[in-house]
Amino acid sequence: MTSHSGYTLHHPQWLRRRVSTWWWLSRWRYFKFILREITSVFVAAAVVLLLLYVAALRRGPDALIAFQSWLSRPPILAASAVVFFFTLIHSITWFNLAPKAMKVRLGNIPVPPALIAAGHYFAWLVISLALAWIILTGG
Amino acid sequence: MPELVNLEVFRYSPEHTPEPRFQKFQVPYNKEWVVLDALNYIKDRTDGSLSFRWSCRMGICGSCGVLINGEPKLSCATFLPSKSSKPIRIEPLRHFPVIRDLIVHIGDFMTKLKKVKPWIIRTNESPLSEGEFLQTPDEMERYHQFSHCINCMLCYAACPIYGLDPLFAGPAAIALAQRYNNDSRDQGAARRMPILSSHDGIWACTFVGECTQVCPKHVDPAAAIQQYKLTAALHSLKSVIAPRGAA
Repeated sequence: MTSHSGYTLHHPQWLRRRVSTWWWLSRWRYFKFILREITSVFVAAAVVLLLLYVAALRRGPDALIAFQSWLSRPPILAASAVVFFFTLIHSITWFNLAPKAMKVRLGNIPVPPALIAAGHYFAWLVISLALAWIILTGG
Repeated sequence: MPELVNLEVFRYSPEHTPEPRFQKFQVPYNKEWVVLDALNYIKDRTDGSLSFRWSCRMGICGSCGVLINGEPKLSCATFLPSKSSKPIRIEPLRHFPVIRDLIVHIGDFMTKLKKVKPWIIRTNESPLSEGEFLQTPDEMERYHQFSHCINCMLCYAACPIYGLDPLFAGPAAIALAQRYNNDSRDQGAARRMPILSSHDGIWACTFVGECTQVCPKHVDPAAAIQQYKLTAALHSLKSVIAPRGAA
């Protein structure tokens, strides 16, 4: 038995199968997960845009006007729309997953997952409305 | 002529052929039959060398986990489909080394399971004369879901992170650690924390969520991991703000 190269007495040769580089294409649920993760890149892009805006603001009115005119160019507008769309998807998937991580209890009563998600959406709406009010009315 | 069901079963016998292969079998269709019955039919009537694990036949022991058409499932809890034009493909669990046919080596899981100390730890033992530890239904509800784990390892076969990073503690081990962390009788959370909050513990998980999808007992290991991430993050924050209080 020990003469066979593939078999050692009391210790058979294990078969180790490698995970394919394309594992995320093998199932729709894996693919959805990768899509969710990729949206983080667009969130990072939104943060970079915001930082550039702040930097232009710091440099003075001329720099700010130049930056705003750069932002209003059609290719940048299109890119901003894409960034906004994926940031929106990222936020929605994030809020939908929040109840998994949070086990909230009011006294001895567990708060239902739907209510935890709803709380996140409500906070998002309130903060967005407050920001819109500050931007549109000048504070 | 009885209706027949076609099966393609993964075969690996290194003492005969070093390369794995799929072997086709036909079994009679029976609406009460699960995949495990079909495998036992093959072993009893067609090919006695076919090797697979099973024990209880009722989704309790967790030993008959295989991939059925690519999905990690218990073979004792998956009925044979009738009039299936495509053959049913049965493979060993993904991400584990295969010993023979459908039997995988589970040593890695057993080592990781022991590391997270899945038992009640007491730092101050009470004398027997004080009686049993009483627990309210509400206290039990906090860990009950995680206590349903049967160590079937379907969650490891579904988790791409475990496949890519074999050092990852994995879903079941972390869920079982949480089962004891959430138990009002346990005092071992601090001893489990260095293992759970390490790089190969909860932080390796990127929340694919497949572990929860395939769990036959609805344990929801993904929730256990995300909840512990919150616990570990708050603990780190406390250790910065109030170093003495967090210790």
